[in-house]
Amino acid sequence: MSTTLYDKIWNDHLVDQQDDGTALLFVDRHLVHEVTSPQAFEGLRNSNRKVRHPNLTLAVADHNVPTTDRTKGIADVESKIQVDTLEANCKEFGVQLFGMDDKRQGIVHIIGPEQGFTQPGTVIVCGDSHTATHGAFGSLAFGIGTSEVEHVLATQTLVQKKAKNFRINVNGQLPVGVTSKDVILQIIGKIGTAGGTGSVIEYAGDLIKSLSVEQRMTICNMTIEGGARAGLIAPDEKIFNYLKGKPMSPKGDNWEKALNYWNTLKTDSDAIFDQELNLNADEILPMITWGTSPQDVITIDDKVPNPQSESDEDKKNSIERALKYMGLKPNMAAKDIKIDKVFIGSCTNGRIEDLREAAKILKDKKISSHVNAMVVPGSGLVKEQAEQEGLDKIFVNSGFEWREPGCSMCLAMNADKLKPEERCASTSNRNFEGRQGRGGRTHLVSPGMAAAAAISGSLDDVRKYQN
Amino acid sequence: MQKFNTLKSVPAYLPIVNIDTDMIIPKQFLKTIKRTGLGKNLFFEMRYDDQGKEISDFVLNQNPYNGSKILIAGKNFGCGSSREHAPWALLDFGITCVISSSYADIFYSNCFKNGILPIILEEEKIKELSEYSNRKEEISVDLNDEKIVYGNNEIKFDVDPFKKKCLLEGLDDIALSLKKSDKIESFETNLKDKKPWILND
Repeated sequence: MSTTLYDKIWNDHLVDQQDDGTALLFVDRHLVHEVTSPQAFEGLRNSNRKVRHPNLTLAVADHNVPTTDRTKGIADVESKIQVDTLEANCKEFGVQLFGMDDKRQGIVHIIGPEQGFTQPGTVIVCGDSHTATHGAFGSLAFGIGTSEVEHVLATQTLVQKKAKNFRINVNGQLPVGVTSKDVILQIIGKIGTAGGTGSVIEYAGDLIKSLSVEQRMTICNMTIEGGARAGLIAPDEKIFNYLKGKPMSPKGDNWEKALNYWNTLKTDSDAIFDQELNLNADEILPMITWGTSPQDVITIDDKVPNPQSESDEDKKNSIERALKYMGLKPNMAAKDIKIDKVFIGSCTNGRIEDLREAAKILKDKKISSHVNAMVVPGSGLVKEQAEQEGLDKIFVNSGFEWREPGCSMCLAMNADKLKPEERCASTSNRNFEGRQGRGGRTHLVSPGMAAAAAISGSLDDVRKYQN
Repeated sequence: MQKFNTLKSVPAYLPIVNIDTDMIIPKQFLKTIKRTGLGKNLFFEMRYDDQGKEISDFVLNQNPYNGSKILIAGKNFGCGSSREHAPWALLDFGITCVISSSYADIFYSNCFKNGILPIILEEEKIKELSEYSNRKEEISVDLNDEKIVYGNNEIKFDVDPFKKKCLLEGLDDIALSLKKSDKIESFETNLKDKKPWILND
């Protein structure tokens, strides 16, 4: 029978299949961070259980870490306890940890690929919804809750039910200045935040194939914002070249064996999907979010919606609520939205190519005098690479702050946050109420668009600044 | 895990769609290393003003909803972050049953691990039940019979048989999976042979 890539990975990881459809799935790679793991380790301790495969588990502190000078440690007492607890748990259970001073430290979804821990055809989980990122490598990667983290630590398996197959085909070529961030924002705008619920999305089409590994990660990363369980892309030469020689990638004989297997990882040409969506890349424009849900997207040339022209009562109410929270008027032009802050970073757009894209726009320019802007590289290695290329100087000369790696203002668990009513152009993934700080207002954009907004002082069209 | 069997309560109604887990429990409360104590911060930003005072027109601050065990909410409840702190906060507040027309996948699964029953009903039925909330009348939920009784009416709901069994008996699913250790071991043996690069030995 013809199968999809998701079907193949699923079938290859079945430990046990119950009659009621519940399956026990083997987990090849487990990423752990400090926020969603303490209660899981405590559970193991209370039941006298061990970590079944410490060497399939990799831990890092990313959510709580300061992005300023780290020599003084973490000032916030609770954050420090959480990071210290992760360290103690890793030591007790024999799990490898990249500590705060390790240059490999960074956002969990950036370090996995960087180290070659992320590999095609694997099942990868983490107590974090943006685990979907790793699907760019043709792995089945998804976020789980803390009880499930404990389950994976104890058994190296997970109880799951098979999701539906959903394929999104993107063909054509992206116009200049339009990126994979705009593609995924457009997709979420089309399907809605619950459009992918109960499904695994495979991204296909010639546009997807033409994207770099890092651009693919941005798309898979935000799949969860469309409600899907996971997003994945069939692995190809670009992926194999990316992984070759990475510290945790297969070596020698195993590399050849792995490569043979990885080459089989594709959807059969006659496989049937439960749902399909086709998009033309040529028609995608630079996108922004205007509201408090990632589905609230418009192009930079558009206007903010008017609740009065909405007939559906639920939609009308939620537009009204969002406009009120965001401090915006109906029908206001996107380009008239003045901003206070710019945040470039996160597991969505904190990789080297993202920083290059923003730096290209900022070169020899100054940011607007009323804007505070910062760049938080996704990992210590991204930071190091950017510094070797002199990107840090471009950012600093334009008026940006150059910070230490971590999740930072994507979710504002550390000291980096918006004040009430402060407005931010952000390359992160969620514009929920209060996400970047209580009362803070977030507009999701691509790194180039964030740079353009920093220069103009309001949301603006990145195409204007193309050199 | 606490067992779930039957439940009777005046439901609290929160007619907002796409309630995300950041709304249910904001990030500043994720720094805990415990599962308990989050109830007072449930829906923090809607529940308290900048000075930390209760906002009186928020439903969970009003009598009798401040003691509700059932929450009725708009569609796509629990979207966004995977934080299990969201069901922990609901549970700690005393809510052990949520009724909505749809849920985000991770939140839905997290509920069952914590003795919370998330019920899916059609929008129309939700509107009907919300009337009982407005009138401050109790409704009852019976998991075994998969039904909600309100006034002289009842509605049936569906729940996955395995999840139902775990809730009814308060089962620890790690213990259940460990009963399949022989299957896990044989999978691993096979894996060493088939994909030697996976196990990192």
